[in-house]
Amino acid sequence: MNNFKQISIYIILIGASIISVFPFFFMIVSSTNKSVDVSGGKLIPGTNLLTNIQNLLSTVDIGQALLNSAIIAITTTVLALLVASLAGYGFEIYRSRAKDIVFNILLLSMMIPFAALMVPLFRMFGTISEIAPIIGIDTLASVVIPTITTAFLIFFFRQNTKMFPKELLEAGRIDGVSELGLFFRIYIPTMKTTYAAAAIITFMSSWNNYLWPLVVLQTPKNQTIPLLISSLGSSYSPDYGVIMLAIVIATLPTALIFFFLQKYFVAGMMGSIK
Amino acid sequence: METTNLNKSIKSKNEKYKFRPKKGLIGWVFVLLSVILICLFYFYPMLQALLLSFQSGAGVNLEFVGIENYTRLFSDPTFLAALFNTVIYFLIQVPVMIIIALMFSVMLNNKKLKFRGLFRTAIFLPAVTSLVAYSVIFKYLFSNNGIINTILTNLSLISEPILWMSDPFWAKIVIILAITWRWVGYNMIFYLSALQNVDESIYEAARMDGASAFQQFFKITIPMLKPIILFTSITSTIGTLQLFDEPMNITGGGPGNATLTISQYIYNLSFEYTPDFGYASAVSFAIVVMIVFFSIIQFKLAGDKK
Repeated sequence: MNNFKQISIYIILIGASIISVFPFFFMIVSSTNKSVDVSGGKLIPGTNLLTNIQNLLSTVDIGQALLNSAIIAITTTVLALLVASLAGYGFEIYRSRAKDIVFNILLLSMMIPFAALMVPLFRMFGTISEIAPIIGIDTLASVVIPTITTAFLIFFFRQNTKMFPKELLEAGRIDGVSELGLFFRIYIPTMKTTYAAAAIITFMSSWNNYLWPLVVLQTPKNQTIPLLISSLGSSYSPDYGVIMLAIVIATLPTALIFFFLQKYFVAGMMGSIK
Repeated sequence: METTNLNKSIKSKNEKYKFRPKKGLIGWVFVLLSVILICLFYFYPMLQALLLSFQSGAGVNLEFVGIENYTRLFSDPTFLAALFNTVIYFLIQVPVMIIIALMFSVMLNNKKLKFRGLFRTAIFLPAVTSLVAYSVIFKYLFSNNGIINTILTNLSLISEPILWMSDPFWAKIVIILAITWRWVGYNMIFYLSALQNVDESIYEAARMDGASAFQQFFKITIPMLKPIILFTSITSTIGTLQLFDEPMNITGGGPGNATLTISQYIYNLSFEYTPDFGYASAVSFAIVVMIVFFSIIQFKLAGDKK
């Protein structure tokens, strides 16, 4: 009986692992095959990778899309970390009843679905376009600006600040460090792990963001990676090999982050529920 | 030494709000930027959406129509279809995913299990993909002449291909399978790390008393993990009720409107059809109401079970 239970657990886990990994296998193998082989169900690596690379580069400007996505994701991450950690620190270190109320109101914004915001935001950026076109509709800045601040990230930093040794601040104050200096010279260097975890969460969600860029970006020159994949995927005569190659390229950065920074990745997920 | 004593006396006076009241203003400086940005990009647009929802018209020619947009919701077959689909995804997908994730986490929490790390990594792997990327992969895996049909036919599980993309029932199944594939491993990691904090001796005591694996699962594991289950079910609920990337890229909402979600309908109303921002805003409040409603229900359920 016990043996039977053991074996069935292994069978379930092996089955689950195969199902989880199969789409990755399919994507990687298909990127080396001709379109007709992919749709024919070929599941062994082929020799068409170089042709697929050439075809991909000649149909779409994936380099530009990678660059756009990288600019957006990196800018968002840097600004989001700064703004949210300042707030998370402020709410926890200078805790007061009034600030707790404000904090709870900010948390309510997590319940607001983006679908409800996109029309007003689109109109807002339409107005901005008339005053300052460089941050208006169809600019990379317009993708970044509304996604910088999330209540989640403020919450994340506040939760992690609870574990920050506050004696360090007292020591700094005695040494005459200013309140802002305490944050930049003591808090930030001490909280490297928290920043790393927050950077991963923010970078991933920015890199993968689809709906807002879809609404606000219009010209192909400004396309991000998800927009490019989506438009390749909905083309009328899709070249499956080429599309799968594009998806491999799009997945690579986040997959690498996961494999090399797994510790921070999980810390980032868990940091929100401490 | 003196400073620590001083600190202690301040702490004991006001344990919760302990830092110097005279530094009150500097605290606001730290949080100010966030407060402004959240108001500007969340609360202000939300208010705008509310005002818009009482207006109607194409493009920028809006006029005030009262609650007409809201009454129109109930007789709009596309909205009702999108509402139905969204609720179906939520009611089926969220519980199924949480149960599967819990099951895997319990299996993987066994320290004697071989290849634990390997299984854990494999099952978590889908969580690193972008929603658009995996959606496009699923679109091809499940196309009518796709690899899934080929495999199922070769295994003699089906005699003729399932019309995944052109049958309203199966199209919904594909969406549910896709989201479940993407998120089971992600949620499993939360449960796994919570399980590692559960004292093994509780289980030993239960086994001594003759509790079966099922009894242990329902009487120990689930109650112990209740806070984290609540957390994951609320985040999954918010995510599923806003579902957009998957139906947009796997099925395009079709066949007919069989997989259309509310978010996708709002997008179509605003940017695909002749834009009707007013009505789109009224539709968006349907999601707001649902998120609040289902979150409250889950809090209540979690509270009552104790």
